[in-house]
Amino acid sequence: MQRLFRQRRTSQSPGWVFILPSLVLIGLIGLPLIALVWRSAGKDFLTYVLSENAFSALKLSLVTSSISVGLALLTGTPLAYILVHSRFPGRTLVDLLVDVPVVLPPSVAGIALLMAFGRAGIFGTWLNAVGITIPFTTAAVVIAQTFVSAPFLVRSARIGFAAIDPQQLEAARMEGANEWQEFRYIMIPLAGRALLTGVILAWTRALGEFGATILFAGNLEGKTQTMPLAIYIGFEENIKIALVLSVMLLAVSLVFLALLRKLEEPD
Amino acid sequence: MKRVIPLLLLFALFVSACETAVTPAPTAVPTIPAPAATSVPTTAPTSTPAPTTLTVFAAASLTGAFGEIGKAFEAAHPGVTVKFSFAGSQVLRTQIEQGALADVFASADHKNMDPLVTENLVATGADQDFATNLLIVILPPKNPANIQTLQDLAKPGLKLIFEDASVPAGNYTRQILTNMSKDPTYGTDFSTKVLANVVSNETDVKQVVAKVDQGEADAGVVYVTDALAAPDLISISIPANFNVIARYPITALAKAPNPDLAAAFVAYVLSADGQAIMKKWGFSPANP
Repeated sequence: MQRLFRQRRTSQSPGWVFILPSLVLIGLIGLPLIALVWRSAGKDFLTYVLSENAFSALKLSLVTSSISVGLALLTGTPLAYILVHSRFPGRTLVDLLVDVPVVLPPSVAGIALLMAFGRAGIFGTWLNAVGITIPFTTAAVVIAQTFVSAPFLVRSARIGFAAIDPQQLEAARMEGANEWQEFRYIMIPLAGRALLTGVILAWTRALGEFGATILFAGNLEGKTQTMPLAIYIGFEENIKIALVLSVMLLAVSLVFLALLRKLEEPD
Repeated sequence: MKRVIPLLLLFALFVSACETAVTPAPTAVPTIPAPAATSVPTTAPTSTPAPTTLTVFAAASLTGAFGEIGKAFEAAHPGVTVKFSFAGSQVLRTQIEQGALADVFASADHKNMDPLVTENLVATGADQDFATNLLIVILPPKNPANIQTLQDLAKPGLKLIFEDASVPAGNYTRQILTNMSKDPTYGTDFSTKVLANVVSNETDVKQVVAKVDQGEADAGVVYVTDALAAPDLISISIPANFNVIARYPITALAKAPNPDLAAAFVAYVLSADGQAIMKKWGFSPANP
């Protein structure tokens, strides 16, 4: 970091036209975060961290987001591989489809999930007939999180796979490698960094999921009340809990961000 | 690389390990001349009767009734637009406490009004009850769980949607369950059994109505007035000896941008005209 700033000083100083607007934005982003940390600080911080409500929300968030990312990894990696390496009718459409949740407002995702897999939803009615109800369960939380977060993994994996030199693959094929071996021993190691970036992006998105969850999974402590929901409810009931949970999520986000930066650094 | 700097700055604020990075920062960002805010003449509020907007924060259960009252009030006060924010009373109370600028607050319970009175956030230091309501059980149009009586709510495996305990209706619902548990016909564990069937605690009554209406839950508890507004839902009434009378207080707020209009709106709600509209939407008068 020292190196960075030194470099900055020797370069030509930008004019006020650049500095003033930049300061506005830095303040806009920085001040609320400082305020959040400032207001949550206090000797009762730990009491709230260890409170049952905060703990069950934290546990649920960690468990559901891990499962969601696992699902995204298991299904998103092969999909990204296909999208990069196969030419089939409708490929562009699938490509677009997978990107939709990235730009879709989460509340729209929630309504859509309810219309499809809700108890009275188009497919939910069939599931219900065989005794499976998804809405208002922990499974619904995972589905909502996977819906919104998996596309980030697919995007990242796609970029990673696309960057692999086709000649390497050709060489492997000449040596007699089959498609699985090619995927396992060449693509995965070479695209590892991109995959990891995808995992982190998906994870942060899953951890932060709110809109689709509250609509599709509802709000029940220990079962569907993830940290963002506990923060929303806490804001109305006990702002201290909301603040402490917010700071915890902020800390997790910063760790993920640091990891991302580390991954983006050239070797 | 340069675009990383603002982020690094932010980082530096939180991560103590990066403390050294904060010190060089001022060299990159020298002292800024104060913006020319002082040179801008302070515009005094003009006396021209510009069209005014009255902001009313009202409990979600008042959506229908207050919508109509707002229209009637606008008709009686040309140039005035009434804007509503309908949400769970606990949400609105928190927003007012956090400095939201509203003129009038109508709550579905006293629990969310009294703190505002003690915090001196209401005008004239008092609020007035303007309506009462009762609670009722609602079922989806097809009644998938075949619920016939209140006892059925304790059947294991049902999916019930209530309001969160912080929401007035959710608080009332839990009081009702406690009342019923004291009756031997329901049994002491009635409340526990019913609450075990809850799959979601929503943030206001309208969310419960919507989700039950969609058939996503087997039953919910909402206000009688909500059930009236959604006629395709099946409802099971709760006997008066168990039911809780929800008292709705209203007040003009201390920091109301339009104090006179705020007072006029409160007066209108309490007037014969206002009360007639409340009655039309199923509310009972506060002082029968």
